[in-house]
Amino acid sequence: MSRVDRIWPLPGGIHPPEHKSESNGRPIARLPAPHHVVLPLHQNSGLPAEPMVAIGEQVQRGQLIAKGHHPVSALVHATISGRVTAIEDRPFAHPSGLSVPSIVIESLSDQEAALSPEAVSMAPMRDWATETKERLVSRIQEAGITGLGGAGFPSHIKYLGQRQIHTLIVNGVECEPYITADDRLMREHATDIVTGTQIALKILSASTAFIAIEDNKPEAISAIKAALVAVTDTRIKVKVVPTKYPSGGEKQLVYLLTGREVPSGDIPASLGIVMQNTGTLYAIKEAVVSGTPMTERVVTITGEGTPNPGNYWVTIGTPIQDALAATQVAVTGNRPRVIMGGPMMGYDVDITAPVSKVTNCLLVPSATEFPTAPDPDPCIRCGLCEQACPANLLPQKLFWNAVHHEWEQARLNSLSDCIECGACSWVCPSNIPLVQHYRFAKAEIKREAIETIKADQSRLRFEQRQARLERDAAEKDAKRKARAAEAAKAQAAKAQDTPSTLDASAKDAILASVARAKAKKAASTGPVTQEALENTVVLAQQAVDKTRVKLATAVSDGLPSVEALTGALQKLEKRLADAQSALQSHTETGDAP
Amino acid sequence: MSLMQRSSPHVMGRNTTSRIMLWVIVAALPGLLALSYFYGWGYLINTVICVVSAVLAEAAILMLRKRPVLKTLKDASAVLTGVLLGVTLPPFAPWWIMVIASGFAMVFVKHLYGGLGQNLFNPAMAAFALVLISFPLPMTTSWSTPEAISGEPLPSFSQQLSHNLEWQAYDGITMATPLDHYKTKIKRLTADELAQTPEYVAGPFYGILWVNLAFLLGGLLLLFLKIISWHGPVGLFTGLLVLALPFSADADSAMPVLMHLFAGATVFGAFFIVTDPASSATSNRGKFIFGFGVGILTYCIRTWGNFPDAIAFAVLLMNISAPFIDHYTRPRTYGKPKPVSGYKLPEESP
Ligand code: SF4
Ligand code: SF4
Repeated sequence: MSRVDRIWPLPGGIHPPEHKSESNGRPIARLPAPHHVVLPLHQNSGLPAEPMVAIGEQVQRGQLIAKGHHPVSALVHATISGRVTAIEDRPFAHPSGLSVPSIVIESLSDQEAALSPEAVSMAPMRDWATETKERLVSRIQEAGITGLGGAGFPSHIKYLGQRQIHTLIVNGVECEPYITADDRLMREHATDIVTGTQIALKILSASTAFIAIEDNKPEAISAIKAALVAVTDTRIKVKVVPTKYPSGGEKQLVYLLTGREVPSGDIPASLGIVMQNTGTLYAIKEAVVSGTPMTERVVTITGEGTPNPGNYWVTIGTPIQDALAATQVAVTGNRPRVIMGGPMMGYDVDITAPVSKVTNCLLVPSATEFPTAPDPDPCIRCGLCEQACPANLLPQKLFWNAVHHEWEQARLNSLSDCIECGACSWVCPSNIPLVQHYRFAKAEIKREAIETIKADQSRLRFEQRQARLERDAAEKDAKRKARAAEAAKAQAAKAQDTPSTLDASAKDAILASVARAKAKKAASTGPVTQEALENTVVLAQQAVDKTRVKLATAVSDGLPSVEALTGALQKLEKRLADAQSALQSHTETGDAP
Repeated sequence: MSLMQRSSPHVMGRNTTSRIMLWVIVAALPGLLALSYFYGWGYLINTVICVVSAVLAEAAILMLRKRPVLKTLKDASAVLTGVLLGVTLPPFAPWWIMVIASGFAMVFVKHLYGGLGQNLFNPAMAAFALVLISFPLPMTTSWSTPEAISGEPLPSFSQQLSHNLEWQAYDGITMATPLDHYKTKIKRLTADELAQTPEYVAGPFYGILWVNLAFLLGGLLLLFLKIISWHGPVGLFTGLLVLALPFSADADSAMPVLMHLFAGATVFGAFFIVTDPASSATSNRGKFIFGFGVGILTYCIRTWGNFPDAIAFAVLLMNISAPFIDHYTRPRTYGKPKPVSGYKLPEESP
């Protein structure tokens, strides 16, 4: 078998019940336009965007309403036409359950709507094959397209990387139980996805594209294959992978299809590979060929708590509770419980939070569907977790390390390479919530690392202060010696002087000593503090610069550290500002004695 | 803890600890039955005594440690240790040997190290070694002989029971284990002469062969159920064969290879002892090395040592080495050029 057709079997993995048939039987339906949408300024893992509209302003669907200074902060587009009614903190569908600043848009009344244009239009690029790469990339950016899975990076970033890309992987694996959004999209929009793939190939100047689909989606496979036959593009190949969780994980899929492993801590681009979700490619095609900005996505609404499980086009920003209500789910208060994503990696969300670009599934379990796990038994070291781990880790060792706070050991056991897929927890006969322990351990290690950096910084500061004190002492010593020599001279001179001049010279000496004391005082407080402050400013500036560079590389390579770096940068910038203002006020007061 | 319950994964497989233990017990039953068929009721009686005393001992230590008693007993690991001891100890040994062994296994080997999954040593093997060293006489003379070899019928259930319940070790028709027997006899006889002795006319290692095959059956069941992995057993057989093939080629001077494999506790050890996850090495590679070491040591102790069988001591020695093995046999994680080995983090490349 040639390399192109080959599948490299994934180590480990599990086969949880699929629960796909509940939602994949019916075509994707469109939910009615929401009454209002909530658009977080922090929609993706990049930097927050800044609003470009004011409260009360009227906006059109597809209009750019917020943007950041940094390339990684995606642009935020209005997803409905309407009026901005609030810019305030709103709950955000994120594991942290945080609230973030968001723009709220309320739809217009019918008369108003009749008067205003439907949506901002971008010129369709029907002849996209003749467009330049730059124009296509900026179209993707203007259309507000972000990755439709995972961290939700702005998609254009992937097309701006510096590294040469040869292979595009289209991820239609959808290995999480319950979710069928990609399945339905591939069945119904195979041709669009193929076109999106061709556009992406052009932008990347890549030579090959693999469309990966799990073998439990025969309809999607044949739809894509038929679409490929129609376009006869030999660069694009369908690769059917065996159904197994977590085959759709980015790293896992790269290995399955190419037999190569993404180096630890790096991204597929380091292997010349870019991975895109089917939904993202669909959105790219829409943006380029039809000029439609990305304002909606397919969401699987499923689980035993839904009367109408299925897939729906949902306007991005629709509050989750409204989307659920539109499918006849009874919503009261903060009930029902909703998991965003699948049962393996999804997380509980506040149902007042909006549907975001990464919301692939709203899973509404019945009270008995996901019973609370019984209290864990001790680890019997049966090794089932180890056999299930797709990353070749030793989950039972990591568990031991986490419980006993052995962070050094946890690093030896490659904790950071854990993708938190939950396969180990799933097989564990002792019901140990392993992934929770790993999250805890990772957080602790991070915290300690930050503390070490802080300690290093204060050590540095201490050393600098020490050096300065020594220097001062040396100077003082030198001055004292000089003074002693002067005094000796004066003494010698005095012996020869007359009494009358002696008085004057004593006066002089007193005056001189007062002046010296003054100067000394100035030397020991004024300039030194000034110097210290200047030092702090310089150090802070250096730190800020360094972090900026790091962030920029992280952004252009799409590294997961962006979020952490962004936070760090903000803190550092604040520190710099503080240091500058301290220096400023000191200089001002210092100048006016 | 509320945070813990609400994060992914939200689903769990249906595996439970007690299910695993029960399957291992089930897998040991063919072996136990074969032992009882060829060597009499003693094994069954021993197993019952061991299981009961192991459970009671565990209950007692749990109460002392203020741990939930019923919930812990439900995991059936004490029962399993009892069964493993029952098939290991000599069938004519007096009851108190069972009680001491089971109690020691539970209290000292298992719970003083922190309980299930945390023991350094294999409880059954450590207990076996303890009673073997402490009570060498009953432990070496209380083995039984199949009727086809001794010509005498095995004792009836009630006879056997009264033997087991006595204080004194029974010393009627007992004899040494086949391995011991061959080892002592081959010093004076050739293999052909040995084959003419009453112990061998019924067939080469009559009885014990079937016992080993019965344990093999149970082991294959565990492999099939994916409860154990193949690495430990294959490691043990490899280790044993590496030495046995070259050094035991001459049946007139050394125990033949097939005897090494099928006339002792080898198969039992391979599938039921070396695979004990708590006291073995962790990674697949580690398990293989662990088994390999047990194989090598077993051969050495059998050939040059003084004990009836060597599996127990070989396992205990390897138990001590397991943490060390673990440090050098971490698997190569996805995306890492090579496995992280040893006790220190490699220098990070900038
Ligand atoms: S599956 Fe659970 S009990 Fe088994 S070794 Fe892993 S953590 Fe321990
Ligand atoms: S959660 Fe981590 S340790 Fe567990 S199976 Fe997945 S990658 Fe392995």
